[in-house]
Amino acid sequence: MPKTIQEINEKIKKKSAVVLTAEEMTVLVRKEGKKSAADKVDVVTTGTFGPMCSSGMYINIGHSKPKIKIGGGTCTLNDVPAYAGWAAVDVYLGCTQVPESDPLNKVYPGAFKYGGGHVIEDFVGGKDIRLKASAYGTDCYPRKKLETLINIRDVNEAVLFNPRNVYQNYNVAVNLSDKVIYTYMGILKPGVGNANYCSAAGLSPLLNDPLYKTIGIGTRIFLGGGTGYVSWQGTQHNPSVKRKENGVPQAPAGTLALTGDLKQMKPEWLRGTSMIGYGTTLTVGVGIPIPILNEEIAGFTAIADEDIYAQIVDYSEAYPQAKPGPALGEVNYAQLRSGQITVQGREVPTASLSSYSKAQEIAEILKEWISKGEFLLTDFVAPLPGPDDGVVFKPVNERPID
Amino acid sequence: MLKLPHGLVNQPVVYKLAKDYRLEFNILKAYITPKEEGLLILEITGNKDDCDKGIEYLITCGVDVQLVSHEIKRIEEKCTHCGLCVGLCPTGALYVNIKSRKVDFIGEKCTACGMCVKACPVQAMEGNF
Repeated sequence: MPKTIQEINEKIKKKSAVVLTAEEMTVLVRKEGKKSAADKVDVVTTGTFGPMCSSGMYINIGHSKPKIKIGGGTCTLNDVPAYAGWAAVDVYLGCTQVPESDPLNKVYPGAFKYGGGHVIEDFVGGKDIRLKASAYGTDCYPRKKLETLINIRDVNEAVLFNPRNVYQNYNVAVNLSDKVIYTYMGILKPGVGNANYCSAAGLSPLLNDPLYKTIGIGTRIFLGGGTGYVSWQGTQHNPSVKRKENGVPQAPAGTLALTGDLKQMKPEWLRGTSMIGYGTTLTVGVGIPIPILNEEIAGFTAIADEDIYAQIVDYSEAYPQAKPGPALGEVNYAQLRSGQITVQGREVPTASLSSYSKAQEIAEILKEWISKGEFLLTDFVAPLPGPDDGVVFKPVNERPID
Repeated sequence: MLKLPHGLVNQPVVYKLAKDYRLEFNILKAYITPKEEGLLILEITGNKDDCDKGIEYLITCGVDVQLVSHEIKRIEEKCTHCGLCVGLCPTGALYVNIKSRKVDFIGEKCTACGMCVKACPVQAMEGNF
């Protein structure tokens, strides 16, 4: 019998909701079928913990005496430049920003040891951060310089604001060239020496709701160890990607923009990350609950590693040169997790960028929160663009300026 | 891991391990530093007595002998068990435990190649190599 989110929330308040992780749901649906599972189960929890490059935080530090207008001026946090193009004391720090003194790839491959993502991890962890700001001064904001330690306990707002997280599926990266390459998918050995992938696959939020039937704008989620919300589609949201019969995209598809109060998050779930030869980023922990409203949704949450396929892409030339054309092949995540796949007739070792054990932990934590009545589900206020809405991720149309 | 001081680099120290101490050796890594010191990573097989005597001989020659499993360490609190190191580890010292889904590290299998130290996105691996 179909359920509503209100009905499920009533059960959650009474601590009588039946909550399973996506892994447990797969087992149940395989044993008893979609219909029985849909009757028995109220919520399925999902999780993922991987590098998510469009992440950052904004903070309001409060006014100084006399007042300073950092907006329009400059600001660094632990020497990492922050964006100061907003109001007087609002600044945004992105996770891929590095200090001006960082040697980048001048001595190749660069280590990129400390950047915005690491500042965010330190800040969430309660460490003092060095803020240095300069301003051009106005009548109402006469101060031109501010250097102070700031702490998450003292600032007004501290908000995690991520324009793109939780990619729905991703590529399998290999290197066809004869030299080692350093990419956002890790170190890739020459001659297809290894293959790296990045997805929680069977536990992944968007792969358990592949057509965005329950996840939308306003969905309440586990974010960085605390509570957050889906605020918009993520950048590069690409719902029109080719899908298998089960609705699961076989290439990178949907994305989500996520937001939440940084003050109730934990550094364990927001980790500063360094990719050698590439840059810094933030590894983010996200868990999304899926209300089991009907049989169809129950079926989707039974999707497992072996049902999800990814494209093998060459990152030495095809990817960087944006060459069109088919991938080198496709594999499913059960094959990838076995530790070896076959590419061009050779056995190639595989490795993941996304931590499956952490994804399991997140799904378990969210399950506990819901079972204890501490977390209610939300109905989305607006849906995400779906496969038939005409949204496509396009390349830039380069046009000369003069 | 053997560190040979400058004066010893031209002497066949390792050959003596096989001839005088009946030890089988497998050279996993060998190079000479810019200061003309030698660095060797050897896998030595033989009976315990011969191994102990052979290592004693090396030490009396002035060779610094260390167990390689002590060279690369994992900072447990930092590791997120993503598994990126596993695809690069040449000996399988780092591997995904199928049951726990976490990355286990067998120090004895490590040859201190250092790939994991470079690759780890959260800088959880440290060591000399």
